[in-house]
Amino acid sequence: MNAYLKRLIWPLAVLVTLIVVNIAQTGFDFIVPSVHDGRLGGAFVNILRNSVPLLLIALGMTLVIATKGIDLSVGAVYAIGAAIACQWIIDRDQSAFGTILTAVILALLVAAVIGAWNGAMVAYFGVQPIVATLILMIAGRGIAQLITGGQIPSVSDSTPFVELGRGAIATIPVPIVIGVLVFAVLALLTRTTALGMLLEAVGGNPAASRLAGIRSKGITILAYLVCGFCAGLAGLIGAANLGSADANNGGLWIELDAILAVVIGGTALIGGRFFLLGTVIGVAIIETLNVTIINVGLSSQWQFTAKAIVVFVVAVLQSPEFRAWLLKPFRRPDGGEPAPEPADDKEALAK
Amino acid sequence: MSTTVTERPSRTTLFDGLGRYIPIGVTVALLIVMYLGGIAAFPRFSSPQVIASLFIDNAALLIIAVGMTFVILSGGIDLSVGSMMAFSTMSIAALTVDLGVPAEVAVAAVLAFGTLSGLFTGAVIHYFNVQPFIATLAGLFLYRGLTLQLSDHDVSMRDIAFFDWGMLRMDFAGGQRDGGFSLPNISFIALAVVIVAFIVLHYTRFGRGVYAVGGSESSALLMGLPVARTKVGVYAVSGFCAALGGVVAAYYTKSANPLAGVGLELDAIAAVVIGGTILTGGTGFVLGTVAGVMVMGLLTTLIAFQGDLSSWWARIVVGVLLLAFILLQRFLSRSGEKRRT
Amino acid sequence: MSDAPIVQMTGITKDFTGVRALDGVDFTLRRGEIHAVMGENGAGKSTLIKVLTGVHDPDAGRILLDGEPVRFHSPGQAQAGGISTVYQEVNLTDNLSVAENLLAGREPRLGPFINFRAMRRKAKALLDEIGIDLNVAAPLSSYSIAMQQLVAIARAIDIDAKVLILDEPTSSLDRDEVAVLMRVMRSLAERGTAMVFISHFLDQVYEICDRMTVLRNGTLIGEWAVSELPESELIGHMLGREVQTLGALEHRAARHRPDDDVLVSARGLGRKGSVSPFDLDIRPGEVVGLAGLLGSGRTETARLIAGADRADSGALEFRGERLRGHNPRTASARGIGFCPENRKTEGLVGDLTVAENMILAMQAARGWARTVPPARRDALVAEFIEKLDIRPADPDLPVKNLSGGNQQKVLLARWMLIEPRLLILDEPTRGIDVGAKADIQRLVNELSEDGMAVLFISAELEEVTRLSDRIAVLRDRELIDILHQESDMTTDRIVETIVEKGGDK
Ligand SMILES: Nc1ncnc2c1ncn2[C@@H]1O[C@H](COP(=O)(O)OP(=O)(O)OP(=O)(O)O)[C@@H](O)[C@H]1O
Ligand SMILES: [Mg+2]
Repeated sequence: MNAYLKRLIWPLAVLVTLIVVNIAQTGFDFIVPSVHDGRLGGAFVNILRNSVPLLLIALGMTLVIATKGIDLSVGAVYAIGAAIACQWIIDRDQSAFGTILTAVILALLVAAVIGAWNGAMVAYFGVQPIVATLILMIAGRGIAQLITGGQIPSVSDSTPFVELGRGAIATIPVPIVIGVLVFAVLALLTRTTALGMLLEAVGGNPAASRLAGIRSKGITILAYLVCGFCAGLAGLIGAANLGSADANNGGLWIELDAILAVVIGGTALIGGRFFLLGTVIGVAIIETLNVTIINVGLSSQWQFTAKAIVVFVVAVLQSPEFRAWLLKPFRRPDGGEPAPEPADDKEALAK
Repeated sequence: MSTTVTERPSRTTLFDGLGRYIPIGVTVALLIVMYLGGIAAFPRFSSPQVIASLFIDNAALLIIAVGMTFVILSGGIDLSVGSMMAFSTMSIAALTVDLGVPAEVAVAAVLAFGTLSGLFTGAVIHYFNVQPFIATLAGLFLYRGLTLQLSDHDVSMRDIAFFDWGMLRMDFAGGQRDGGFSLPNISFIALAVVIVAFIVLHYTRFGRGVYAVGGSESSALLMGLPVARTKVGVYAVSGFCAALGGVVAAYYTKSANPLAGVGLELDAIAAVVIGGTILTGGTGFVLGTVAGVMVMGLLTTLIAFQGDLSSWWARIVVGVLLLAFILLQRFLSRSGEKRRT
Repeated sequence: MSDAPIVQMTGITKDFTGVRALDGVDFTLRRGEIHAVMGENGAGKSTLIKVLTGVHDPDAGRILLDGEPVRFHSPGQAQAGGISTVYQEVNLTDNLSVAENLLAGREPRLGPFINFRAMRRKAKALLDEIGIDLNVAAPLSSYSIAMQQLVAIARAIDIDAKVLILDEPTSSLDRDEVAVLMRVMRSLAERGTAMVFISHFLDQVYEICDRMTVLRNGTLIGEWAVSELPESELIGHMLGREVQTLGALEHRAARHRPDDDVLVSARGLGRKGSVSPFDLDIRPGEVVGLAGLLGSGRTETARLIAGADRADSGALEFRGERLRGHNPRTASARGIGFCPENRKTEGLVGDLTVAENMILAMQAARGWARTVPPARRDALVAEFIEKLDIRPADPDLPVKNLSGGNQQKVLLARWMLIEPRLLILDEPTRGIDVGAKADIQRLVNELSEDGMAVLFISAELEEVTRLSDRIAVLRDRELIDILHQESDMTTDRIVETIVEKGGDK
């Protein structure tokens, strides 16, 4: 647990820095939540609310990455989930609760099936994850467009469906409730059952896991299935928030942000150990950053550059070699011999 | 000598050398099948220019994918190539059009910058032990940001005579008119890159070092191989190739688009992996990458020939064809491997 | 043999997070001598080597090479400085060919280009020199780990170095290969090469070494000329306690009385290109040994029975029931445990902790939803850490940070935890120190007395004969005979069988 917290320190430091910058720019209103119309608001709460789709996808992605995999199709699944729900709703009685429920269930079901399909490609056919999921990354948006007939279906503002994105439960915005729930369920599922350990074993050493008798195929499929489900759910929330489903641009490039969040959170892309809480912090950093860029008054051209700089800073701060190198001038050289170079090939071994 | 110990490899020797060529063999065979299918469906498909066009439209992708092959073989990944390409094209435009720098100088500067920035990324990855994905993702954002800062709209280079050279064509077998085909200079650049890469990967210590590091970095280190040089080197190669891709794009379109090459890194990775290179490093061939690029290109060509597909059906068809291709490839190479054992 | 030291290490200290692996160790290597570094698993032998060759930076201490202070930062630099090393566990890249592995970094070239023909020729010659004959163009991965070990040795020898370090080079070799290696080492010593030799085989150490340095728990115990330190005293120094128990297994334990009903029976079980079809019965409570030379198909036989590889002919019966779709999971569910020969790649999950690695098979059998209750799990883990004397006794350490011998014990514990009916042990004592080896042998004995069947593979024929009730002898991937007479349980008899039956063909 100790080592675990240590891993989170640097991402947390970056997050805090970003928040402090924002507070310096816009005052304490940034962080202090306010209550409007019986629901929580304020800049930071809004960031959290808007970050939920990314969070859900990144959480699912964490599990997939733990199995040594990667899922590029999440953006497309997001679009499909959104398209199914909106199309289903606009074709029916928009205010009926039953319609909404079937729409949601249908969308989630399809998303989960797509995830399972990705997992089966990886586990049973031995296709490399990046290729297996690339297929649906390409075709998925086509499927979403097919569902919407190339249109952008907009649901009416009065349908209960939009509550999924805009509503509040006991003053807490619904997306945040969903995000917390999913996080809690996944954390419980992986840490109180043996699922987490088995995932890490499968990702850490597939051959050894097989010989130990682990159902690695089932576990792999489950990870992709959860990831697909989360992507579909993210699509629902995104669509509910906008009130429409854009098959072309909904969740565009979200897979890169999700992977980024996972990696910032300390989970290595080579599989094995994973950190759900780290992913949460990673997501918070990315979303806060996007807002910070606007708050600081940078032009939109600067967005990418600023993001690059923050990603770079987080990455090197997490590197013990970099910290050793930074501190080198402050250390006494030992015994007249050349001081050990901080960044040498050694760490490759330690890994 | 007291005894001679010998051991049959656990597989029969007949296929020993050949086993690793199965995936690429299958890829090429499927490529041919796909091509024949195209001919059967569309009469005009049989023109040799269809193949030639693959090397024209995908010249930049091919060059970038070759650079990516180095990185992936070493066990890394480079996401910055698409942005780097756009940045290179845009820099050339800015240097030549806005600042009036001679085009030769601009091209040289851009190539040098690509290589150096690759060196820097590689050094960060190796010495600070930063995951390649995240270090190069920072590159993806950075170069795209810089490109947008140079210009957020298209810049035309039509007025600079230097860029006419790239699309000058050379006829083969009588040229397009007489049933032959023609290739412009950018295709030759791409093919030259492939040949050089092939030689470097297979016949130099650096190249073999790339395979060794990809096979097992810690073992390569304990064997005393120059791991640092190799790891930094592959990113320099990739950076150079991305910049060269930008130059080729400048030749090809004679204009610089700030959003060129968005997602190109994924196309390049896909081409490499479809060509049989394993993402975890150590196995694969640069010629497989050529086949991978051709697969991607041929898919697009098939869709273009079909013509009347809506954009979403086009996507779905590409996905389905890719799926069929990959499943067949897996299936055939698997049974090929089984036969060996 | 001159007495001038070629390597002098003084006051070497090395800390890993939480563990002090070396504590002020001195080490001196003289020209032309063969110097053994001795100690239990985890004593710090490999760490000492890695500090010397630049894999690890020492936290304190000085290193003199030829009287000059040096500090290498990578094995490559150490090689350039004249120190060539075979590290513990095979460290080669198995995606490349044998020839490339032998000569990587030193390939013969024409201008800037590698001359593959010359490289293959040179590789062939190199292997000839130490008496092995392989297809040098084949990928290294197609050869067994023992062969890979020989390739690693050949590679190190070819780097014409002042100092040659061999960290457990013989752990998976048969006596013939060991003899070849000894011959090569002697001739190198005559040419003045200084060598460091690490091995848990005391007889090898006594046969070839001139001096020995003994480490215990990261501290230096002392340095002796081999002739001055009798074996029993050496063991006393290594273990830090008097040895009474070690001799106990010198003679075979009383034969077990296995039940008559057969637990596992293979009929015509085989796999093309791996092992020819064979028949073998294993009864509860007996230890069946698999003996044979390198590459004779010992491991492959075990893998078929374990379900790790799929058989393409014959049948396997478990308590009279014919097994279909036999795989590691169904095997484990039936109580067949398998400790594979290569613990790094097939055995352990390096990132997971000692406790997690131990519990893995048990948890896999229960499925993900039914967690082993934490209290039970901790108790079991603690019990086996103590029973097998795993050090450091910290269940939360990543297993990759343990020394080789202790990793092996973790793997053993994983299967003992599920109390299997049949335990298949492929080279379980490889790289394990004398004390632990005796522990494991005693354990195998106890387990079979409790009614467990054991299939035991070891390159050390003495060990096989000592433990087994019956010995299946393999040659050229074929099971040629099963020895079961009490009087047949000798190494000579096994060797005879291999030679005789082999002559038939
Ligand atoms: N990379 C590492 N990180 C943390 N601890 C390590 C690391 N390498 C070794 N250790 C620890 O250092 C100690 C010495 O290990 P070392 O490998 O030197 O033992 P050894 O004497 O070679 O044992 P063996 O006979 O089993 O090979 C052990 O306690 C081990 O757990
Ligand atoms: Mg050791």
